[in-house]
Amino acid sequence: MGWLSRSYLALVYLLLYVPIVVLMVFSFNDSRTGYNWGGLSLRWYESLFNNHAMVQAMWNSLWLALTAATVSTLIGALTALALHRYRFRGKRVLNGMLFVVMMSPEIVLAISLLGLFLLLGLKLGYVSLLLAHVTFCLPFVVITVMARLAGFDERLPEAARDLGASDFTMTRTVLIPVIMPALMAGWLLGFTLSMDDVVVSTFVSGPSYEILPLRIYSMVRVGLKPEVNALGTLLLVFSLVMLMVSQWILSRSKQ
Amino acid sequence: MTKTLLSLSGISKQFDGKAVLDELSLTIDDGEFITLLGPSGCGKTTLLRMMAGFELPDRGTVTLSDADITQTLPEHRPLNTVFQNYALFPHMSVFDNVAYGLKMEKRPKAEIRERVEEALAMVQLEDFAGRKPHQLSGGQQQRVAIARAVVKRPKMLLLDEPLSALDYKLRRTMQVELKRLQRELGITFVFVTHDQEEALSMSDRIVVLKDGCIQQLGTPREVYERPANVFTARFVGQTNFFPGRVTRIEGERISVDVFGLRRELSKPSFRVVMNQPLHVLLRPEDIRVLAPDDTEGVAGKIVERNYKGSTLDSVIELEDGSHVMASEFFDEDDPTFDYSIGERVRVSWVDGWEWLLAEEGNEPLTDEEELAADDAEH
Repeated sequence: MGWLSRSYLALVYLLLYVPIVVLMVFSFNDSRTGYNWGGLSLRWYESLFNNHAMVQAMWNSLWLALTAATVSTLIGALTALALHRYRFRGKRVLNGMLFVVMMSPEIVLAISLLGLFLLLGLKLGYVSLLLAHVTFCLPFVVITVMARLAGFDERLPEAARDLGASDFTMTRTVLIPVIMPALMAGWLLGFTLSMDDVVVSTFVSGPSYEILPLRIYSMVRVGLKPEVNALGTLLLVFSLVMLMVSQWILSRSKQ
Repeated sequence: MTKTLLSLSGISKQFDGKAVLDELSLTIDDGEFITLLGPSGCGKTTLLRMMAGFELPDRGTVTLSDADITQTLPEHRPLNTVFQNYALFPHMSVFDNVAYGLKMEKRPKAEIRERVEEALAMVQLEDFAGRKPHQLSGGQQQRVAIARAVVKRPKMLLLDEPLSALDYKLRRTMQVELKRLQRELGITFVFVTHDQEEALSMSDRIVVLKDGCIQQLGTPREVYERPANVFTARFVGQTNFFPGRVTRIEGERISVDVFGLRRELSKPSFRVVMNQPLHVLLRPEDIRVLAPDDTEGVAGKIVERNYKGSTLDSVIELEDGSHVMASEFFDEDDPTFDYSIGERVRVSWVDGWEWLLAEEGNEPLTDEEELAADDAEH
C-alpha cells in the first residue's frame, strides 16, 4: 500500500470515529459546557441514572426491542420457511411485498400505521409501538432467514425423515438448529432496528409509553446536556457487547 | 430359494406433464445387490426415491414383504437411504449423526452407544466419533453416511449414486468395501449409478433404464455379453456395430454377410428371415487385428493407437470408411503386435464371440444419450 492509499484509509476512519471518540471523552467531562475540558468526572452518569424519566424510557425501549425482535423473528422465520418450501399461488407477490415494506420511505409507513391504528381505535402506546416495530422488522428477518435457507441442503430433512423422524421432530432437531445462525442474525437486526427507530415511533407512540430515542430527541431540542454524551457512550458499549456476542455465537456454530 | 422383498408394479410418474416413469414393474429379491443403471434423466433416482417414500407414484403400487407401502410415510418404512452428497447433519458430531435413527426409535442410551460404536467400527471410524462432519474427508463422510443408514438394521439399503463425489482410487476402495458390507450384513442393496463399470463390478443384477422404462434386467454378464437392444449395447461398455445381412437359414445355423465376408453363425433367439439386415455386435476385446497378408478378415488401416497399460486400444478404418475399435492384451512374443498409425492390417474375430441384434427401425441414439454413454465410460 502506498502512502496515498494509507492516508486515505486513515482519513476515512478518522471521520468515522472522531465524533464517537469525542462523545465518549466528553461524557466524562466535569464541565457543564460541551466545548471546554473541566476534568474527569462521572457526574453525568450519575445524573443520568437519577433521571427517572430517562431510566424508564431506557427500560421501555429495551423491552420493546426485545419483544419486537422476538415476535418478528417468529413470524419471519415461518414466513421464510413457507416461501422456501412450498409452491403456492401469489408466492411471488408475497415475496415482492416484503421488499415494498423494506424499500418504502419510513414516513409513509409511519403515516399509514397511524391512520390504521386511529381507524381501529387502538390506544397509542406499547401495543401500537410493538405492532409498528414488528411490521418494519419483519422483511429483514425474512430476507436473512431466506438467504440461509437458499444454501440449505434439501436432502437434510429427507435424511431425517428417512431415519424415522416425523416432520415436527425433523424441524426441531435438524431444520431449526441448522438455520439458527440466521435466526439469531435476524433477531439482532430486528433488535437494533427497533432500538433506534425515531420516525415511525414518533407517530405511533403515546404519552403512556415513552421510549429512549424519542426521549433523547426531546431532550436535545431544549439544549444539549452532557447527560446525552453519557447515554450515548452507554448505548455504544451495549451495542459493542451485542456485536461481540453475535460474532461469538456465529463462530461457535461454524465449528 | 429367493424370496421377493420389494415389488413395484405398474409405476407411473409425471413431473410437469413429462413422464419420468412409465408403467414400470420390478421385483427385488431378499439379499441381492441390484443396480439401477442409466443415463441422467432415465428415472433411476425417482424410482429409488419412490422406494424410500419421498415421491409418490401417480399410478401403481409399492409392496414390501407383501405389505402395500405405496402411501406409507418415509419415517415408517423399514428402509434407509445413503444420499448422493451424504446429507450428514452439519451441527451434529459423527456419533450423533449415526445415533439419530436410534434416538428416533427411543432406544435406551446404553443400547444406542453400543450399536453406534459397532456401526462406526464396521466402517473403521471408531476414532472419529467426536468429530463434526466438516472435519472429515469425503471418503470418511461417505462412510459415516453408510454407518448412519445401516445402524437401524433396515431390510433394504437404498444408495443414490453414493460414490459419484469421490475420486477414482477412493471410489474403487469404497466399491470393494460396500460389497464386503453387503455380504456381512446380508441386507438387500439397491444401488443407483450412471457408471456402467461400477454397475458391472458390484451387482448381482442390473436394471438398465432409459426414459422411465426398463431396457434390460439381468446379471452383469448377461447385460454385457448379451445386450437386449441397441441402447443397452451402447450404454454398457463399448461396442462395434457391424452391418450384417442374412444370406442363408438352415436349421439352427444362419449365414450372415458382413463386409463381404460370409460367416456361419448360430441362429439368434429372435425371428430371422432371408435378406434381413442385422447388427453384428463385437466388443473391442473380441476383435483380432491380423497382419495385412493374412487370408482372414477385412482390410483396413490403423488410424488411432492408445496405450492403456494392460491393453493397447486401436481404431481401425475399414475400406468403406467405418471405424472399428479393438482392444488387445499385450503379447510380447508376438512380433506383429505393435502396429503403427497408417499401417495396413486385417480385422477379424473368432466365430461365436459376436452377438446379433435385430435392427430397431433405424433409431440412432440421440445426442444426449450419446453424451451420457460417453460419460459412463469415463
